[in-house]
Amino acid sequence: MSESNWKLWEVFLRSKNGLSHKHVGSLHAADAEMAIKNARDVYTRRSEGISIWVVPSEEITASSPDEKDPLFTPSDDKVYRHPTFYDIPDDVEHM
Amino acid sequence: MGTNVSLEDKFQAYVDAENRVEPKDWMPEKYRKTLIRQISQHAHSEIIGMQPEANWITRAPSLRAKLILLAKVQDEAGHGLYLYSAAETLGEPREKMIADLQSGKAKYSSIFNYPTPSWADMGTIGWLVDGAAIQNQVMLTRTSYGPYARAMVKICKEESFHQRQGYEVVMKLAQGTPEQKAMAQESLNRWWWPSLMMFGPSDDNSPNSEQSMKWKIKRKSNDTLRQEFVDKTVPQAEYLGLTIPDADLKWNEERGHYDFGEINWAEFYEVIKGNGPCNKERIAHHVKAHEEGAWVREAANAYAKKQADRASNDASAA
Repeated sequence: MSESNWKLWEVFLRSKNGLSHKHVGSLHAADAEMAIKNARDVYTRRSEGISIWVVPSEEITASSPDEKDPLFTPSDDKVYRHPTFYDIPDDVEHM
Repeated sequence: MGTNVSLEDKFQAYVDAENRVEPKDWMPEKYRKTLIRQISQHAHSEIIGMQPEANWITRAPSLRAKLILLAKVQDEAGHGLYLYSAAETLGEPREKMIADLQSGKAKYSSIFNYPTPSWADMGTIGWLVDGAAIQNQVMLTRTSYGPYARAMVKICKEESFHQRQGYEVVMKLAQGTPEQKAMAQESLNRWWWPSLMMFGPSDDNSPNSEQSMKWKIKRKSNDTLRQEFVDKTVPQAEYLGLTIPDADLKWNEERGHYDFGEINWAEFYEVIKGNGPCNKERIAHHVKAHEEGAWVREAANAYAKKQADRASNDASAA
């Protein structure tokens, strides 16, 4: 496999225990092990992480931008899902 | 031996220093088992908890009330799913958790074994049951196991809507006609004690608590959480002009807390054992819904297989 055929990998870092892994970027590598090593060199040179996840980019299924409205606008008019929708008198505490 | 530090000791020191434990970290087997038990029970409670409220969706007194109730029951399903996936990070398969729930091996909160005969119960559950759950869950946002803590953060944000909508329902009834106020009072009478039982056995009778506190899975004892809940809730009931059904309830100036009466522990243990008013009904309904959904799961699998077969046929044709 030539270098140009190396798969693209998405890189996720956990900055410290207790926090989720967060997407930081991507890189090319021949396999998962190399992807971890490269991610370590590229993305954690200044102690940015204590744990790395790498996922082949082609394995990620994303929602389509064209579907943004049908997917996400229905929740805009469901204001009753938010606590501020309810009038609780100020005298009532811890609510 | 001398300077040898055991893995258990290292783990304890790690937790003592307020570090979070993540799925791939070494952990004592008992820590893993305790968490699987606790998180799966918590998930089951969210899922079974949909039933007493779903009971009123078709009979909600207004479209507004119906939309709110639907949204709340939908949230409970979501909370169950966040929690099942947190438990799965510990290596417990989802199917096993469901099987344990249905066989009665796994428990869920005893509160959901009480019936909801009145619309007022929809308010009381949001106010008291979700209020008690929040008391426990706010503590759990700082639990030592990372995935559980993160699930709790998301759940706590959403629970605030649940409690406020419940209080609003009770408030409308309490400020309504004498009949409506009586409905609210009658509902409070039935739910008060079971809500206090939600915090579990008293500290003297809670054998797992000490180890859970040591591992910082829990950070407050059952009795401490129960007291905090009582202290917050009594003024909320007073505001509504409703009476908490406990003759021993009174402010204790010296302690700075409300004193309250003895919980009926015999009832608590009976309900846990499966002899509450609705235990059998709740599990039977879960099994029925699961079985009736089998064809949907089969159809989804058949469709996924067909798509995969087509893709591989296209690939070999090309």
